[in-house]
Amino acid sequence: MIVANKKPVGEIIEYVKDCNKILVLGCNECVTVCEAGGKKEVGVLASALRIYFANQGKDVAIAERTLERQCDHEYLEEIRDIADQYDAVVSLACGVGIQFTAEKYHSIPVYPGVNTCFMGATEQRGLWVERCQACGTCVLAYTGGICPISRCAKRILNGPCGGSSKGSCEINKEIPCAWQLIIDRLKALDRLDLYEKLFQIKDWSTDRAGGPRKVKREDVQI
Amino acid sequence: MSAKTPSTLEKVMAAGHLGVTSECGPPRGSDPETIKHKAELLRGYVDAVNVTDNQTSVVRTSSLATCIHLKLMGIEPVLQMVTRDRNRIALQSDILGAASFDVNNVLCLSGDHQSFGDNPQGQNVHDLDSMQLVWTVRKMRDEGKFLGGDEIKRPPKMFVGAAANPFADPFEIRVMRLAKKIEAGAEFIQTQCIYNLDKFEEWIRQARDRGLTEKTYIMAGVTPLKSAGMAKYMKNRVPGMDVPDEVVKRMADTPKDKQAEEGVNICVETIQRLKEIDGVKGFHIMAIEWEEKVPEIVKRAGLYPRPQID
Amino acid sequence: MRLTYPSSVKIVRVPCSGKVDVQHLLRAFEKGADGVYIVGCKEGECHYKYGNFRARKRVEQVQKILSDVGLEGERVQMYNLSSSDGPLFVKYAAEMDERIRKLGPNPIKARVKAKTRNQQAA
Repeated sequence: MIVANKKPVGEIIEYVKDCNKILVLGCNECVTVCEAGGKKEVGVLASALRIYFANQGKDVAIAERTLERQCDHEYLEEIRDIADQYDAVVSLACGVGIQFTAEKYHSIPVYPGVNTCFMGATEQRGLWVERCQACGTCVLAYTGGICPISRCAKRILNGPCGGSSKGSCEINKEIPCAWQLIIDRLKALDRLDLYEKLFQIKDWSTDRAGGPRKVKREDVQI
Repeated sequence: MSAKTPSTLEKVMAAGHLGVTSECGPPRGSDPETIKHKAELLRGYVDAVNVTDNQTSVVRTSSLATCIHLKLMGIEPVLQMVTRDRNRIALQSDILGAASFDVNNVLCLSGDHQSFGDNPQGQNVHDLDSMQLVWTVRKMRDEGKFLGGDEIKRPPKMFVGAAANPFADPFEIRVMRLAKKIEAGAEFIQTQCIYNLDKFEEWIRQARDRGLTEKTYIMAGVTPLKSAGMAKYMKNRVPGMDVPDEVVKRMADTPKDKQAEEGVNICVETIQRLKEIDGVKGFHIMAIEWEEKVPEIVKRAGLYPRPQID
Repeated sequence: MRLTYPSSVKIVRVPCSGKVDVQHLLRAFEKGADGVYIVGCKEGECHYKYGNFRARKRVEQVQKILSDVGLEGERVQMYNLSSSDGPLFVKYAAEMDERIRKLGPNPIKARVKAKTRNQQAA
């Protein structure tokens, strides 16, 4: 899922401190799972903002709403009737949802309530780890299912580098060396022959470098 | 193996002599005098001088510019290139830049992560990795073509090298990795500095068994220890470095004012032991900020004078 | 045990301190509470194993939120005791009462009261 983290309340207050009616908009998918922007987090932020404004001596109405997703037109339409009542929307969705909301309701400022971090998985409650950087050309078949682009700090395709030490990355002992993991896995799968082959130079044009990307499926468009 | 490029380093080793290189770290400023001074200390004692490339991710004068200074002084440089800071366009461009000054040696590396240096907030590039860079330079030289496919006018004539670390983890694939680098086109290999001779011998034995020592010139890296403190630091704080306890003890047991001398002794002894090992084709003496010791080390190790090859 | 504790303390009973969530604590302050504290079992003795640990984490979270929005974090606290320890309960109640009196009333209480009056009038 997309993993995000709550922005500090102080930062959000900076965005909305001059507003009178604010909608805190959550999302029921990824940000709910990583406990950053779901219904619960919406409630907590709304509460915090109410206390803040009351303490400032201001009467500010804070509304709460959580949509199924903010990255699909149909769900965003659900607030069509009420959107223009607000001076601002604080969206707790990932960067995608925040932008889609802003595009849909372009006369209202839409502020981010979270920092979107990466695509990752729940290793355990309270710990989410990065696994994918959407390079656009997946090579997991050759690396035993472990991604050298998202898990190697230098995204080396013919690793490990000389800094790999006792299974850890040179930049931080807590980060496993991706290539150590790949080698261990290939060994377990009896496919070290994949390691011996030189990984060719990568085409980064399907990555961020090639510019904003899209996926078009004409077979499902009419 | 006969020399394919005008590189002095290649010619020396192709003729069957042990090659000797050392290192020159560019300054954190634009004064060329520091470069000239360091390089002058090494003149005549080495076949080529490596110029580091923003080592440890700390901004210094560029390796390319420093190589040009050396070239103009009549000292043969080895251009070290890391893939951390430049994309494939800049890398190929710098190769051409170096070739335009007839810099004939290049060492391809990944580079330390930028979090170690003075700009931890910067981006890193790694458009290519070190092996892919080796492959690229070989393509530019042997096919005379850019990565994009177009012809290069006056292709670079460079002797291409890579680094190897027999002491990094995981040990079991270090020789496989060496094989990969050679397959990618590495013609010479400079290793991480050696203190653990047993482990090095094991690594090179495996390399010999795979026939790798015949396909590339392996240059053993050595670094003289300045003090017991340095030995301990390298043992505990530098990833991929193997300093056995006996070495630390030997330094620690020496009185402080004699430790530097003992460090040089250990270095010379290490070279002499390494000379006996089949497959070692040269030495890379890394004496950072201690370049003045290199002449003594080269002489005492019986590597002076350097052979003159035409 | 017939021990007395300050009348400022209003008790809300829950099956486990772990039932109390961040929103409950914040809501209390929104409504004008001067202080809120959770009394849970001693650590390691929670009937539901980790409920009291969760409660403590939530209290810490709310302490941070309160100080981020301009109130004093100390207004919310976590206490642990054995359910039969009457005297300790009283001690903690008195401690909390004294702490809150020193801090003074909830700064937004006046506003909350005024708003409620207006709403009732309307």
